[in-house]
Order: sequence, then C-alpha cells, then structure tokens
Amino acid sequence: MSAIEYPLNSVVPGSHQKWTGDYLFLIRNLALKDFRIRYRNMSLGMFWSVLNPLVMMGVLWFVFTKIFSNSIPHFAAFALCGIVPYNLFTTSWLTGTTSLVDNAPLIKRVPVPREIIPIATVLGNCAHMSAQVALLLGLIILTGAGVNRYWWWMMVLWPLEIVFVTGLVLIFSGLNVYIRDVRYVVESATVVLFWLVPIIYPFSYIPHQYHEIYQFNPIAAMVLALRNILLEGTAPSASLLIKLAFSSTLMFFVGLFVFRRLRSKFYNYL
Amino acid sequence: MTPRPIIEFRDVGKSFHRHSGQLLLRAHVRRLVSWHRAVERFDALKKISFCVERGESLAVIGANGAGKSTLLSLVAGLVPPDRGSVHVGGRVAALLELGSGFHPDLTGAENVRLNAALLGVGRKRLNDIFADIVEFAELADIIQEPLRTYSTGMTMRLAFSVAVHMDPDILLIDEVLAVGDHAFQAKCFEKILDFRRCGKTILCVSHASGMVQKLCSRALWLDHGDLLLDGAIAEVSNAYQGPLQSNTDP
Repeated sequence: MSAIEYPLNSVVPGSHQKWTGDYLFLIRNLALKDFRIRYRNMSLGMFWSVLNPLVMMGVLWFVFTKIFSNSIPHFAAFALCGIVPYNLFTTSWLTGTTSLVDNAPLIKRVPVPREIIPIATVLGNCAHMSAQVALLLGLIILTGAGVNRYWWWMMVLWPLEIVFVTGLVLIFSGLNVYIRDVRYVVESATVVLFWLVPIIYPFSYIPHQYHEIYQFNPIAAMVLALRNILLEGTAPSASLLIKLAFSSTLMFFVGLFVFRRLRSKFYNYL
Repeated sequence: MTPRPIIEFRDVGKSFHRHSGQLLLRAHVRRLVSWHRAVERFDALKKISFCVERGESLAVIGANGAGKSTLLSLVAGLVPPDRGSVHVGGRVAALLELGSGFHPDLTGAENVRLNAALLGVGRKRLNDIFADIVEFAELADIIQEPLRTYSTGMTMRLAFSVAVHMDPDILLIDEVLAVGDHAFQAKCFEKILDFRRCGKTILCVSHASGMVQKLCSRALWLDHGDLLLDGAIAEVSNAYQGPLQSNTDP
C-alpha cells in the first residue's frame, strides 16, 4: 500500500483542490455579513454601540468623581480613552474566538482558506466599533482639548491594535474548535483585563517596577498613547510605539503559525 | 500519452474519531490522564480506488453512512485523505447541501454576493453574472427581501442558481435535485444536462436512483466504506435495489 504522507499543516494536499478566488472581496463580504446581521433587526442601529461606552463612562464618572474623589481633569474623557480601545479589543477577541464554531457550516462545505473566517470577523467587528471611536473623538473635541497634529498617530495606533487582536483571535478561534471551554476562559480574561488596563487609573499610579511590563501589554500601551495624543497633546514616546508595534506584529505571526498547526483537523471537530 | 483522469482516487482511506462529547475541557483532561489512549475510530472510506475521465458523469449510490458524503468532501478538497492519494484536476463547485452559506437575516441579493465570494468569484465577474443568477432563480421581484421571508423552495432555487453559475469543471451534487416545484426541477435538470453537453464532469450522490439514472452514465455503489460495484448505471442500480427490495434494512 502506498501511503502518502501529507504535511500536518496542509489542509489541501499537493496538486489537489486549492481555493482560488478574490480574497479581498471575500473578506469584505464576510465582514459586511457580520456587520449587517448585527444591525438589521435593531431599530436603533448603530446607536446601540455608542450607548454602551456612554453608559460605562457615565457610571465610572459617577463612582470616581462623586464617590471616590480624584484629581484627574476631564475624568469622563479620560475614562473613555480607556473604554474605547478596551471595548474594541474585548469584543473582537470574543466574537473572533467563537467565529470558527459559529461558521462551522461554511467550513464544512466550502474549501475557503480557514484564516479568512476569524480575520473577517475581527474586521467586521472593527467596522462596528468605529462608531465608538467616532464618539471618543467627538467627545474630546467637545471638552475643548481640540485637534492637534499628533492625531495622525492614530492612523498607526488603531491598525496596530487590530493586528494584535487578529493574532490573538487566530490562536483562540483555533483552540475553541477543539476545546469549546475556551470561550469562557476568554470571557473571564476580559473581566480581569478591565482592571489590568489603565482605564480608571492613570499610568503614573502604577508602581514603577511594573511600568516596563505594562507597556508590553498592547492594550495598556494603546490607552497610554491615546491619552498622550488626545488629552495631553503630546506625541507618544518612541519606546512605547516600538513596543506596541513589536508585540502586535509578533502576536500576529505567532497567531498565524499556531492557526496553521491547528487547522488541519478542524473539519473533524466541527 | 493519454491525459490524466480529472479525478483519481488511489487506495483512499478516511476515518474519523468517534468523539461525541469530547469537545469540553474535562474530556481532554480525562484522555490525557487515562491509561488507555486508544480512540475509537470508524472508517468512512476503506481503500477506495477509481478514476473519472473528463466529461464523464458518475453517480455514487449507497445507503446512509456508506461514505458518499465523505467521498464528495475529499473531491471538494474539504478534508485530506488519511491514506492513499486524491487527485483532482479542475475547478470544483461543491453543491454540497445547498445554501449552507446562506443567512436568513440577509437579503437574497446579499446572500448571492456572499455565497459567490465564498465559491471564489471576484467582484467583477459577479457583477457580470448577478443578473443571470437572479433571473435563473426567477426571484427578481423579491431579491431585496430578507431570506427568512422566502419559502424553502425559493431558497433552494437561489442556492442552486448561484452554484450552477460558478462555471466549474466538476459539479458535485449531493441529494439536491429535489429543488423547488416540478417546473423548476425540470429547469435544473436541463441545466445539469447542459453541463454534460459542454463536456463538464458531474459527480452525483444519491440514495434514490430515479433521477441519477437519467443524469449519469456510470455509478459507484458504496457500502460501509467499501466500493462494492463500479459499472454502468443500469447495472449498478439494479444490483443496489435488488437486495433492498428482498430484505428491508432495519
């Protein structure tokens, strides 16, 4: 018997069927699908995704200015600078983690490259989170901080955060196929993360020995950089940006690598 | 040298784990700590070999669980074989379970675009064939309505229409010919015959042999993962229906 060994990471062996098609068009359509399904049955539409951070901001503002007093100026805007990148990260992480299982019928019927599903889910989620980013920027202008030339940095910052979360989602969506508990681990992790990211406290309150580690947490780094730009009107420090870029790209490639190891048996487990 | 067959299976075997309920963490932990690691497997296909020439139309018949769908998944490139080799020399349109990529909250038009993109069609080509797809499905007046307002027959018509407009070299059909009403069935049938006339290859799976007899010239009979018979359609379907009529399956 001639047994032919296929490498572990090839879904589609050798000369055999390979999905050829328009990747961008497919990603766009999948992302649009998630986006449309989310809003189709809501009378208030995009308003909902703006309402959530507003309520959160209001509650935090009440607790941390009326109950605990603090000396942070513009606390509402300060908190929102943390809430929006945190929301973008956690909603992408959660929806991305379950994306393969949610789209099992697709994976079992169409030989599309599997990476496309979690990537499109993250991008669709980002499209819907753009309303929150717009809210944040609008509120900053309202508080009188105004627009400055460092706002351009956000063109780099938001994509870096998306790259990071995409890498993370590639790992967790793959794991979630084999062990369905993974999504609950992610849910708990997002709660922990709320406190570990400087959302309600400034970076300067963190004991000095933890500063270095905090900057490697891309979400914390993202919040710091946003506050530099939007509230203080200064450019984020070069070392912060380098750490953010480094950990984001690293996470993306690790994610891609892990996903390729995991994907060969997806069909059997979905 | 004669051209290579468009589909070539050589000693192909495929087995799956029986892993019901093993998707939770505790099952994985239990498997790690238990002494006997042997996982129960069942063979969906055992050492199957056959070739399909370009332009042939082949039916795969057999009872439920005979391995028909696994065979189509292998041709469609959804799973790699465990043993042996699979060669497929053309673009496959997997018409497996029509409409699996459809979502009830999207409109018909949005579903068409999504499904076409999944099947590998680019924006340009889709714009060219979009009108044809809608026209063939006879749904032009409600194509902007959400899919959940469609009847089952309408959904099937739309899905079938998308799949046949993908212009594949090999068309895989998995029990989908019960599409829509009689008039539409006849139309689908005609479309598939068109494919044959254009010299495309058709692979058709069924446990009923009425429709496939008219559609295919050759048949494979699968039973519990074994290839029992490979021959002309009339011969194979007679052999298949013979034992069925004498002793009814429990």
